[in-house]
Amino acid sequence: MDKVLLIIQREYLSRVRKKAFLITVFLVPALLLGMYAVMYLLFKNSSEMNSTRIVKVMDESGVFAGKLQNKKNLKFENLKQSLASAKKGLHKNEDEIILVIPKNYEEPKAVQVLSNKKPSVITADEIERQMNKIATNNSLVAAGIDTARLNTIHSSISINAREVTDEGDKDSNITALYGVGVAGAIMIYLSLFIYGAQVMRGVIEEKTNRIIEVIVSSVKPFQLMLGKIIGVALVSLTQFILWIILSLAVSYIASKNFNTPQSPLLGLIEGVKGVPIGSIVAGFLFYFLAGFLLYSALFAAVGSAVDSETETQQFMFPITMPLLFTYIISVSFLAQNPDSSLGFWLSVIPFTAPVAMMVRIPFGVPDWQLYLSMGLMIVGFIFTTWVASRIYRVGILMYGKKASYGELVKWFFYKE
Amino acid sequence: MLSIRNIVKQYAGHTALSGVSLEVTGGQIFGLLGPNGAGKTSLIRIINQITAPDSGEVYFGGEKLNQSHIERIGYMPEERGLYKKMAIGEQIVYLARLKGLSHAEATRRIKYWFEKLKIENWWNKKVEELSKGMQQKAQFVATVLHEPDLIILDEPFSGFDPVNAELIKNEILELNQKGATILFSTHRMESVEELCDSIALIHQSHKILDGRIKDIRNAYRNNTYLVEYSGNQLMLNGNEPFTLLDQNTTDDGHQMRLQLNADTSVNNVLQYLIPQVSVTRLQEVIPSVNEIFIQKVNQKD
Repeated sequence: MDKVLLIIQREYLSRVRKKAFLITVFLVPALLLGMYAVMYLLFKNSSEMNSTRIVKVMDESGVFAGKLQNKKNLKFENLKQSLASAKKGLHKNEDEIILVIPKNYEEPKAVQVLSNKKPSVITADEIERQMNKIATNNSLVAAGIDTARLNTIHSSISINAREVTDEGDKDSNITALYGVGVAGAIMIYLSLFIYGAQVMRGVIEEKTNRIIEVIVSSVKPFQLMLGKIIGVALVSLTQFILWIILSLAVSYIASKNFNTPQSPLLGLIEGVKGVPIGSIVAGFLFYFLAGFLLYSALFAAVGSAVDSETETQQFMFPITMPLLFTYIISVSFLAQNPDSSLGFWLSVIPFTAPVAMMVRIPFGVPDWQLYLSMGLMIVGFIFTTWVASRIYRVGILMYGKKASYGELVKWFFYKE
Repeated sequence: MLSIRNIVKQYAGHTALSGVSLEVTGGQIFGLLGPNGAGKTSLIRIINQITAPDSGEVYFGGEKLNQSHIERIGYMPEERGLYKKMAIGEQIVYLARLKGLSHAEATRRIKYWFEKLKIENWWNKKVEELSKGMQQKAQFVATVLHEPDLIILDEPFSGFDPVNAELIKNEILELNQKGATILFSTHRMESVEELCDSIALIHQSHKILDGRIKDIRNAYRNNTYLVEYSGNQLMLNGNEPFTLLDQNTTDDGHQMRLQLNADTSVNNVLQYLIPQVSVTRLQEVIPSVNEIFIQKVNQKD
């Protein structure tokens, strides 16, 4: 056991001390900081654009004059000067817009908006919307329809999804649940690959460096494999925890210094109100760790069977397939049908559960399914670790022999 | 010290060891000889508990081989290697701790060895920055650092330049004098004669010969002598006390190989020769290990 601890220590330190590790740890918060900066700048810009603009209306049709309503950032006035002198005046006042409505205003592109600074899309939309409304109203009146009555029967429906639970009803924001579920699935999917590949590369490194034989003369191959897997798992946890801490710190600093009304992160938390954050984080940690143990053992077996990373392709396929398959199903189908029977099966089969379950957890999973899935996960990783270690112990000592699947099966059945 | 009894090891499709038994007494330098692919490395891996035999047993110091013996064995495999990106000092500390040394003790001993091999300023160097010979020195230190009772070296001199090979050879001899038993394998027969006390020959998974090197060679002496003489070429008439095996003439004189007849001694040969020619050299031809090996293999075939 001491020896496993020693191996864990070496695997952990040799990775954490690498420059690449430090760069990735700081890169994510740095990107977040950059994101805040961009949001801040956008916000600042948009507030400049939101200064009140005065729209001077020259209405040749006489249909609209006086009917256009002032909005928060938009004031309508009748044009008092001639068009030519008003045009000259535009240079002096950037916030001024001239709206020219000809008699044949219904023809395409007939209505013109003149200004020194291009009006924002919102401004243009607002003018268009109001004009359309007025014109439509006029047409309805002309057709003899009582518009006042029409307005009263205009319905406006919006859905408020409420989940009925033991603690009473609660609001659930379906879009947020969907987002959180998919984000969790993507995180698990990527981390399993990234850190699983690290285990595989470590095994190949030991094999090609030929240090493996020295080490297995001191420890059992299984101890070495286990130490490596746990070491890399700790590296990944360190990375996640540092990311969370640094991201929170960056968010805090950003919300202080950039003086945005609300930090996007806080906004996000506001948005996912009703999402069970606690069980999602716990679920993520469990399914990442269990999934990592399950897959990294297989990655280690693949690493032991080859002499270089380029040869891994043929063995990677069966490992990546279930993950990729679940990932695609999850983000497309499962996130919209979390309680479907496909969802159930995918979230209890150990090979697909880490990704599939992450999609389902935000929507709530029956306890028995969760326990079944977790139990099978544990059985699953013990099983793959056992299978992988039997291949691994033989593979690491085989050189220059191109392994086939048949070969791996033979290795599995070797006695000690 | 080490007793190997009737070891059988089979891999899919071929047999690596069939019923090999060996005795290595403590304090010996033992050579495990045989051509490539004979089964030497398989046997060494079994002694190191890297693999287990299909049948047969290994006893270490009277006890059946078990995990506790790992710390008493030092092993340098044929394919040598270290972590490329790890500093040398730290790396040897790690390997020594896997063999049960404490951090402080390992550090102290590495300093001693590094000074001895004049590599003390390498501590923080990474393996990839070192030459191959340097890496091998470091590897040797890692092998013997925990002061094992049994040092197993698989093809120890392959890959070393002559200077380093000599250096390592002297270190091996010194360790042996201090009491360590050395077991090494090689396919280069000539390198063992000066170094080994005992040898075992392995060929195609079978042990074909073992014992003390002197005994083996004595057993394969067949009263053959090499004689050089000057003067006129000897005319043989059939009454001489030996049988001529071959002869040739060079600028310096004549040379012949002969085998004594039964019940004759070297003195009889000299008595016969001296009146006729001027003898410049007479030497017994003792077969080299290589010749014995070839002879044995041919017999078998």
